[in-house]
Amino acid sequence: MEGIVGYGAYLPRNRIKVEEIAKVWGADAPSYKKGLLLEEKSVPSPDQDTITMAVEASKSALKRAQINPAEIGAVYVGSESHPYAVKPSGTVLAEAIGATPEVHTADFEFACKAGTEGMFVALGLVKAGEIKYGLAVGADTSQGAPGDALEYTAAAGAAAFIFGREKLVAKALETYSYMTDTPDFWRREYQFYPQHGGRFTGDPAYFKHIIGAAEGIMKKAGMKPKDFDYVIFHQPNGKFPFRVGGLLGFEKKQIEPGWLVNKLGNTYSGSSPMGLTATLDISKPKDKILIVSYGSGAGSDAFIFEVTERIDEARDLAPRTRELLDKNKCYLEYGVYAKFRQKIKKAL
Amino acid sequence: MPTPSRYWREIPQRYRLEAGKCKNCGLVVFPPRIICPRCKSRDFEKVNLAESGKIITFTIIRVPPQQFVDQAPYAVGIVELDDGVKLTGQIVDCNFEEMKIGKRVKIEFRKIFDEGEAGIICYGYKFVPE
Amino acid sequence: MRDVAVIGVGMTKWGELWEKSLRAIFVESALLALDDAGVDKIDSMYIGCMSSGLFVGQEHLASLLADFLSQAPAPSARVESACASGGLALRMGFIDVASGMSDVVLVGGVEKMTDVNGHEATYALSTAADQEYEGYHGITFPGLYALIARAHMEKYGTTREQLAMVAVKNHHNGSKNPLAQFPYEITVDSVLNSVMVADPLRILDCSPITDGAAAVVLCPVEMAKKMKKPVVKILGSGHATDTIALSSRKDITWLEATFQAAKKAYSMANKKPKDINLIEVHDCFTIAEICVTEALGVVDKGKGGEAVQQGITSLQGKIPVNTSGGLKAKGHPVGATGVAQVVEVVKQLRGEAGERQVKGARVGMTQNMGGSGGSTLVHIFERE
Repeated sequence: MEGIVGYGAYLPRNRIKVEEIAKVWGADAPSYKKGLLLEEKSVPSPDQDTITMAVEASKSALKRAQINPAEIGAVYVGSESHPYAVKPSGTVLAEAIGATPEVHTADFEFACKAGTEGMFVALGLVKAGEIKYGLAVGADTSQGAPGDALEYTAAAGAAAFIFGREKLVAKALETYSYMTDTPDFWRREYQFYPQHGGRFTGDPAYFKHIIGAAEGIMKKAGMKPKDFDYVIFHQPNGKFPFRVGGLLGFEKKQIEPGWLVNKLGNTYSGSSPMGLTATLDISKPKDKILIVSYGSGAGSDAFIFEVTERIDEARDLAPRTRELLDKNKCYLEYGVYAKFRQKIKKAL
Repeated sequence: MPTPSRYWREIPQRYRLEAGKCKNCGLVVFPPRIICPRCKSRDFEKVNLAESGKIITFTIIRVPPQQFVDQAPYAVGIVELDDGVKLTGQIVDCNFEEMKIGKRVKIEFRKIFDEGEAGIICYGYKFVPE
Repeated sequence: MRDVAVIGVGMTKWGELWEKSLRAIFVESALLALDDAGVDKIDSMYIGCMSSGLFVGQEHLASLLADFLSQAPAPSARVESACASGGLALRMGFIDVASGMSDVVLVGGVEKMTDVNGHEATYALSTAADQEYEGYHGITFPGLYALIARAHMEKYGTTREQLAMVAVKNHHNGSKNPLAQFPYEITVDSVLNSVMVADPLRILDCSPITDGAAAVVLCPVEMAKKMKKPVVKILGSGHATDTIALSSRKDITWLEATFQAAKKAYSMANKKPKDINLIEVHDCFTIAEICVTEALGVVDKGKGGEAVQQGITSLQGKIPVNTSGGLKAKGHPVGATGVAQVVEVVKQLRGEAGERQVKGARVGMTQNMGGSGGSTLVHIFERE
């Protein structure tokens, strides 16, 4: 049986509140907070990027996995904000954790589902017997265009998973992927900010694919919403996960433990993966967890996990996700935030 | 302004804190050396440094070198790791007022600087409060 | 080994010398020294210069300056030990004469720092630190000495005011030196209110960026006597190295290389700290002077701050330190500093120091240091 051997999350300590952004652009903060069901988001420091966060999340995953990193046979980083356009994030990560040189590495991109994409492939290689352990990370430091709705939510964070066949903290019972060509959100090469189709990003995009993947995996597994203890959906804002959960027949209490977005923002490739790490942190042996990601373009990956006895031993070997989210916060003013996020045009 | 090869050569030290331990007298040297400064032995084994320690001195750089201009002001300190090795590095995620000699810190992987918009990105270790 | 004397000294005014090139400032100072010595032909020359390559894109300085001084085909060597380049050039010249290889040797130091902008100058100076394990992390020279200052203040209770008093004292002395870059007084208040560079060091704790050169002429004592020159003998020469990185030192508040170099110099000269009438030390930053006075044995470990507060090292004190104004007021054209220290000591021992004169000075010392103390040269001089 294959599944998760170790997991870890990392996020920066800086935050910016909705009010602070709204103030600068003359927007109505209360209505944004209500409409997005979100209060604040994380902001990376200038010395943090997808790679640095991936390394720290992976180190936490290694602490929980208690394995020799040299035995990791694949290292995948999924992001839409890889630091280089050409030169993999995965090689730096693999070098930093000591998995080189006998390792397969690739960078993935698929908007917000690049993280689960890597997870899908790493798990598959373990299943096929090709590798002993596979590491997959979803990490992002995405940009929202100044004054645009996405500026309130585009955040930074990383989640890492090590897959294997021994010492599991959670068995992988089922996987499923649902994908169509849907241009709801995109970014052309050499453009600094992405663009999106406004309300088109809702029903025909997010909802259609998450529902398609969730229904597909439940059918494949012969399971219903009430069979699950927890469910995690991709979190582009605070409202969408509850709405899609409701449409599928899930209850609020199944969604809440993995619902981080109101204090974190949308960490893109880290979004549903971090929801999963936060859920694993509070889960018990035998709990069944469904995770459904979403990436614009568009598609969803779905996984069903069953927690094992080993979770009790592994969960506190590294910081818990909510602990990282709630502690040591540092609130920024818009000016510093704009400087950190390189939104200010400087002389050469 | 390191060239790619000068940066790459130090990766085991910058990313994994690989040090050398003298097989003869046990001294741990970082970065690794060819000859032991204490006993002149030339026989070393690879070890990794401890990941936490305490600040033994620090300063806030307000007039930085060119590549660090956007980061100023930032703190740099000498940290004595739990295995006795002392390292120079930036101390981040800590308000300047909370910094003091003796404070416990741990190592985190961060970006140190980049060579402008088109050059390589240089990573390495920094210290954060434990 | 023959006894060696300094028979000529020369130095032009230091500062931002826009109109003068590196070769011009060197030649002017060298000619002053040669004229003072009354010689026009040398057997060899040594030049201290830290980084002409980074500052003005010029290497092969030995040949360039021998040529422009019209001394070619004389042997010429450029030596480098970061900020101790000048002191090292003196030692090389001393060994050349003492060994009998040469009779008349010119020792010079020069640095032209203002042809590059502030950031480039900071970078050039930072190459004296460990590039991969100090510079890589964004440390600067003020930063390295600030690390020493904070540790010294924590360990010994040295105060911010005491650091400022070093700068005030040196400016007081420098105000009497017409060749200094900043020949004016400052106050403790002005130091404490000047802009912060690297906590706790402020801009007035730091030596400046300067263009300048200095030169001295050496010859055997016997020759000096024949030439009827006042005989200022080099009694002792000490040279030592330490780890390049500050973090590799056992005690970051202690300058081991200075201690070791001084030990050798005292031993060779058969002198003790109490025998020294004045010292020119390397006050690249105020904290450096405090640590150096401890390492030279002028005061006990940890008491360097108290010493300056009590006036022990002032012009009228028990052992005046930096009567020239030090690096702080005189300026710090890196490679030239070590040689300028000799110029001051020799003038003092000859009784030619004007308003700065230390009465009855017979024995003087210079201490010249590179980087954060990775190399040090100490020399002791005596007027016969």
